Amino acid sequence: MRTDSENYYNQIVNKLKNWARINSPWAIHFNSGSCNGCDIEILATLTPRYDVERLGIKLQGSPRHADVLIATGPVTLQALDRLIRVYEQMPDPKYVIAVGSCALSGGVFDGCYSVIGDLNKVIPVDVYIPGCPPRPEAIIFGVVQLLDSLKKGKKPAKFVVPNDIPDFKLEEKSNGNN
Amino acid sequence: MTEAKKEKFIVPIGPQHPALKEPGNFEFTVDGEIVTDATVRLGFVHRGIEKACETRNYTQDMYLLERVCGICSHVHATAFVLGVEKLAGVQAPPRAEAIRVLAAELERIHSHLLWFGVAAHEAGFDTLFMYTWRDREVVMDILETLSGSRVHYSVNILGGVKIDIDQKLSDLIKKDMDFLEERTEHYMKVVTTDETFLGRTRGIGTLSRDRAKLLGAVGPTARASGVKRDVRVNAPYSGYKEFPVKMVIDQTGDLEARFVVRLKELYESYRLIREILEKIQPGEISTRIKRKIPEGEVISRVEAPRGELFYFIKSNGTEMPDRVKVRTPSLCNWGTITDVAVGHKLADMPMLLAGIDPCFSCNDRMVEIRSDSQPSQMMNWDGLRKYGIEYYK
Ligand code: SF4
Repeated sequence: MRTDSENYYNQIVNKLKNWARINSPWAIHFNSGSCNGCDIEILATLTPRYDVERLGIKLQGSPRHADVLIATGPVTLQALDRLIRVYEQMPDPKYVIAVGSCALSGGVFDGCYSVIGDLNKVIPVDVYIPGCPPRPEAIIFGVVQLLDSLKKGKKPAKFVVPNDIPDFKLEEKSNGNN
Repeated sequence: MTEAKKEKFIVPIGPQHPALKEPGNFEFTVDGEIVTDATVRLGFVHRGIEKACETRNYTQDMYLLERVCGICSHVHATAFVLGVEKLAGVQAPPRAEAIRVLAAELERIHSHLLWFGVAAHEAGFDTLFMYTWRDREVVMDILETLSGSRVHYSVNILGGVKIDIDQKLSDLIKKDMDFLEERTEHYMKVVTTDETFLGRTRGIGTLSRDRAKLLGAVGPTARASGVKRDVRVNAPYSGYKEFPVKMVIDQTGDLEARFVVRLKELYESYRLIREILEKIQPGEISTRIKRKIPEGEVISRVEAPRGELFYFIKSNGTEMPDRVKVRTPSLCNWGTITDVAVGHKLADMPMLLAGIDPCFSCNDRMVEIRSDSQPSQMMNWDGLRKYGIEYYK
């Protein structure tokens, strides 16, 4: 049985955590078969003209330190299990931003034999940023949208292992070292 | 002997590899600190573009092929368009050819600056990375004013181009070229005189002329080793017939030479752009071309920022091509990596990889250090980069 004071304590801690998360989200960037255009625009947001770091957003290397996954590309079959692996390595709560038309619907690569086309078929996506590629301003706007919705109390989506993707079984592929 | 063999480690880099056009999985066998062997595995961003080309018509294919690579999208479209025009027996008007060259050179500037920044980042010189990317925005602005998009400009259409330049724009470009030239001079000074930077580049990863030829290196990587290979000069295409370029060559073949060659190419691009803006003739910018392309096969070569880009197009007389084959320059240059890596320190690998400019905008790849006796140890690309920087402190 929890006492009221413990509950109260938990609430405060949660509030604090949420506040910290919103003020400085750390992002990891994953390319699942994109043409590089989107990735370069994401990188450009870090550089002096756009400088997202002033908003507390930091792009860093390891999925284990990340709150937000910025994914680009139409999800090629080769990159698929990597994408899921990266997503699973991120600590909860985690959010996903899909950048570029490719990640939204496959974009120009729609109908190619080795792409899945929609990021949402694989992992739950919270924010879509359309454009081919989106301007850096649009990417920043997308991130701000996510932060806004977090402030309003958005909860992270549940991850369900995709099972309607042909030729792909998660159990088989992810039993290697993570 | 077996004892000694056991002490060798295999260090796989990749393939989890955000942002590379052609993510490769490298396995470096290391003996202590020295790399003794290297292999490459490619194919993680395989999207099936070549096959998809066969199910779309020529106009649609252009938009698709531009998206092979987000850094050098214009040259892909140019190579394709030149091939198709040859098949159709159509010649784009001279003004269109000049604008194609203009866009290609602007793209080269943006690509080389991008690469320069990333390479500086790999060396641990982040200030330089920020400066170059700040200056790169100047070119991006030009490209955007010119075409409406920062990355995929879609300048080409079959039979010409769809954008035109006017006096106002040309004045703007000239002004920006002056600014960039000044900045490039500064970078040149940094690259050739900065002690710490030279420590990472001079005499490292030397690729001899013969090896470069043998391995089929292309672009700045080959030219830094003294191989005279530049499609713009060897087999001028499109507007390069009218506006010739000088080939930039260096004999040293080490990493420093690759920096110097690329920076010198920037000067050449500035010069060429100014010349085009001065001399461009008024006139039509496109001609009509039939939707059905006559039967035939054609090879089309252009010089991308990274080297020779090769297209093979086969038409069967319909609106859609029968076969399109693309060979990108990065692919040719992967071969040299395995060669230059051997005998060098693991700490040099990030720089060497960046040196061939494999569309290297990623810093987030996993490195796993495995050995027979020890449990595997993970290192990501960032870690390896830091390791390299620490090593040279
Ligand atoms: S959305 Fe466009 S720019 Fe972005 S990765 Fe896809 S094709 Fe490239």
